[in-house]
Amino acid sequence: MATTTSNLPTCPAQAELLDQIRPAEHKETPLVGNNRDFPWVTEKICTIVESRVPTWWWVAFVMALFTASFTGVGLVWLVSTGVGVWGLANPVNWGWAIVNFVFWIGIGHAGTLISAILCLLKQGWRTSINRAAEAMTIFAVVCAGIFPLFHVGRVWFAWWLFPIPNSNAIWPQFRSPLEWDVFAVSTYGTVSALFWYMGMIPDLGTLRDRATLVLKRGMDETLTPIQRKVQTTIWTLRKYGYGIFAMGWRNAGNHWRNYEMAYLLLAGLSTPLVLSVHTIVSFDFAVSIIPGWHTTIFPPYFVAGAIFSGFGMVMTLMLPLRALYGFHDLITQRHIDNMCKICLGTGCIVGYAYIMEFFIAWYGANPFEEFAFINRAFGQYAWAYWIMFSCNVFVPQLFWFKAVRRNAAMVWIMSILINVGMWFERFVITVTSLANDFLPTSWGYYSPTIVDIFTFFGTFGLFSVLFLLFLKVLPIMPMGEVKFVMPQADPHGHGFGDTAQGPNSDSKGGAH
Amino acid sequence: MAKQFGLLARFKDTPDLFHAAEKVRDAGYRKWDTYAPLPIHGLPAAQGLGRSKVPVFTLCGGVFGFFIGMFMVWYMNLYDYPLLVGGMPFFSPIFPFPIAYETTILLAAFGTLIGMFVMNTLPQHHHPLFNSEQFLATSSDQFMIAIESSDPQFNNEATRRFLEEIGGTDIQVIED
Repeated sequence: MATTTSNLPTCPAQAELLDQIRPAEHKETPLVGNNRDFPWVTEKICTIVESRVPTWWWVAFVMALFTASFTGVGLVWLVSTGVGVWGLANPVNWGWAIVNFVFWIGIGHAGTLISAILCLLKQGWRTSINRAAEAMTIFAVVCAGIFPLFHVGRVWFAWWLFPIPNSNAIWPQFRSPLEWDVFAVSTYGTVSALFWYMGMIPDLGTLRDRATLVLKRGMDETLTPIQRKVQTTIWTLRKYGYGIFAMGWRNAGNHWRNYEMAYLLLAGLSTPLVLSVHTIVSFDFAVSIIPGWHTTIFPPYFVAGAIFSGFGMVMTLMLPLRALYGFHDLITQRHIDNMCKICLGTGCIVGYAYIMEFFIAWYGANPFEEFAFINRAFGQYAWAYWIMFSCNVFVPQLFWFKAVRRNAAMVWIMSILINVGMWFERFVITVTSLANDFLPTSWGYYSPTIVDIFTFFGTFGLFSVLFLLFLKVLPIMPMGEVKFVMPQADPHGHGFGDTAQGPNSDSKGGAH
Repeated sequence: MAKQFGLLARFKDTPDLFHAAEKVRDAGYRKWDTYAPLPIHGLPAAQGLGRSKVPVFTLCGGVFGFFIGMFMVWYMNLYDYPLLVGGMPFFSPIFPFPIAYETTILLAAFGTLIGMFVMNTLPQHHHPLFNSEQFLATSSDQFMIAIESSDPQFNNEATRRFLEEIGGTDIQVIED
């Protein structure tokens, strides 16, 4: 109390001056544009699921199915013939299969980063992109899983990877990083799916309630009896389909309390998980004694690269979606800016890692290590190295400029270049170290065969098929969370200017 | 007349719901809940609810997961089929650590999800509130409070008047 008294104004002029002082207004771009309200958000997200699919969706779906069939052809070819149809030739026993596995797993990491790490860091902007990014994670893990599964050669024995008793009474060998990988990737896939599902429960409840309301109010009278019957069936399927998975969610205060705690815990669990997954993937390389692989920089370098490539993929997916569904008020320029900045930051970490690897190769004074790196940059795969370096280090530097970040077309093209660059990073790491190993007599030039190319090309189709089905069937944004970052969500009526609700809505923003 | 579940009242917006919840809490009701389309910051405290118990399930899942991971490797590589690799000991807590780490997270995540369901008494596909059209709009943009008739303090007339006093509108009787 003493300090308060001594701070009181001593003369009338001072009191007058103090009276004029207002707290500084913190201007922040709202996360939901155009002062949208709650019903608008619900309508926007739910009608995507409830209305007929647009023509572009069918076109994209058929194209994606066709592309996915290439993976089918590649795998049938492989299994019916043997791994000899791949371009592998001793000593290059890890080729595109491992490159593609690491590439897809890496892409998944941005989804978990958005849903978990940004949640722990209380980044409100994650809400509108997190559901789609988590879907991307799960579908990327599905695509990634194909490669190691078929890489074992006799795929019908792939279950030996898991600790399941078999007729030889042999268990897996748990000292191998490859076995750690089995656990890391399957845990990652499972926990990502759990997290995704749990976040979706309130939205599934919303879809169920909307379907129930439509059924209660009856169908449109202008429809013919058959049309009415069809519509009733569709809405009933929705009511029960979403209802079963909504588990009876009622939006109760008690539900939200436990849900929020569970969400926070899952975010806290996914954060060390996502870091461990790419760390263990990098152990597949780093635990060996091959020059160029045997480095301690690999775990952090792989994780940064994974987040970098994942954000590239998030932008590749979200920018067209934003245009097609008119999400400009939900995925605002602020969201795009932030994603570009994360790409810039992680791109710089990756660039630092490339340069540091070179430095250590020289500073470590190991002639084999030194050779491995000079060979990477100037040897037979120099073209791949420089594609990687320019796409991953030079391209993201453009994100320093606001004008670039504001040009959606340019950001989209750059996001694709990032994906290309990150695929080449894995190619350079895997292939250059193996193609020129310790024995110059066994050196060779590894190239993929048509089967390798088919299998990889098709996974983009598989990924797109799954993603398009997700767009059609499930709520693409978490409605509750988007509403949570809107000014109307504040229980004390603070908000942005006149958008605030409640008794203070007519006063200036945050005035009380 | 069928048995009554309770009374449902609608509130205008987030601040209204928040302040009404504080009043219901202070009035001493026990069996009631708020319904809103989003998690509202600070509402559990305004409802007089404590900290969620979900972390207990997470911890149990995590501890169980860690030991099951370690036990699995011990059993498989030392006990059931001793596997000699590079002259290393059959078991040490170091090399199975990545396995135990992953099983810890896996089972902790399952524990969390199960904890969320148990603490929310879900799945519960049937609930009297679902019969109310007014309630079904909650998940879009409505804010509601329902006081259940099983509350010892519940009195049809008095509770209805109380809900009106704290700003509730469209008060509805929910049949059980």
